[in-house]
Amino acid sequence: MPARVGVVMFPGTNCEHDVVQAVNGLGGTAELVWHGDSSLSGFDALILPGGFAHGDYLRPGAIARFSPVMEAVSRFAEQGGPVVGICNGFQVLTEAGLLPGALQKNRGLRFLCTTVDVRVESDRSVLTSGITPGTVLSIPINHFEGNFTCDAETLAVLQGEGRVILRYVDNPNGSVDAIAGVCNAARNVVGLMPHPERASDPLTGSVDGAQLLSSLLASALTAARAEVA
Amino acid sequence: MAPAETYSVLVEVRLRPGIADPQGATIERALPALGLHGIAGVRAGKAFRFDIVADGEAEALAQGTVVADRVLANPVIEESSVTVTKPASS
Repeated sequence: MPARVGVVMFPGTNCEHDVVQAVNGLGGTAELVWHGDSSLSGFDALILPGGFAHGDYLRPGAIARFSPVMEAVSRFAEQGGPVVGICNGFQVLTEAGLLPGALQKNRGLRFLCTTVDVRVESDRSVLTSGITPGTVLSIPINHFEGNFTCDAETLAVLQGEGRVILRYVDNPNGSVDAIAGVCNAARNVVGLMPHPERASDPLTGSVDGAQLLSSLLASALTAARAEVA
Repeated sequence: MAPAETYSVLVEVRLRPGIADPQGATIERALPALGLHGIAGVRAGKAFRFDIVADGEAEALAQGTVVADRVLANPVIEESSVTVTKPASS
């Protein structure tokens, strides 16, 4: 049975169809979920895609965090369900407290829209489980607030527990320790700034992102089987 | 108990000390071009104003602080201060 993936849409989200297409192309079944919905039953994994949820007013993710769907997302995550936030979705997950840290304006105050190399640092997360650590992936970034920051104590925990799952090879935005993606302590909630869905088809120039999304689909089915067992 | 009154609230949000502020730094670098010298330590922030109906200044401050802490500031990188003023008419 294919993994059923809920793709959560807020007003202002704009990468949802790219994510749906990428997931479906990799053998999953993606379905859009509106931010006003409060039920997420039947999904094996959730993706919060990129965009500008609620116009990014106040701060990226600051208002989205209060959308009705977020309580359901939190419950899903608490129960061990795989949750991935891409770009704006990463910002929403940090604002919601499901992931540590915060995403500030890029160093140099430039909006960045380019393809970067990121190194997989750990295979212990729902998004990287099928990838050998050290693998370098070429994936687009597209953000103004992608400069990951956290206090020294949190950084030491992330490093010590191997929760920095992706690092930029050449840090484009000033992120502390070149962090491009992190996971929570249970490793089922992941946030990353690069857009794997935009590197999942040969037409887009790179298929490296498909490795990440395929790992997520495999993790989703494992999690779903664990729940049934 | 004091009767309910409308209080004006000002919340100022700024980045915590030590958090890089590229916006403030950019403004600071632009000042000499305008002939404005000797200015240092520019930090950019946000200000929010709203009214609260509350029973007394202490309650207005408490409610304003909840708004500041839960919504207006991200405690990971920002801190805030809340100032409450009574309307001039009262």
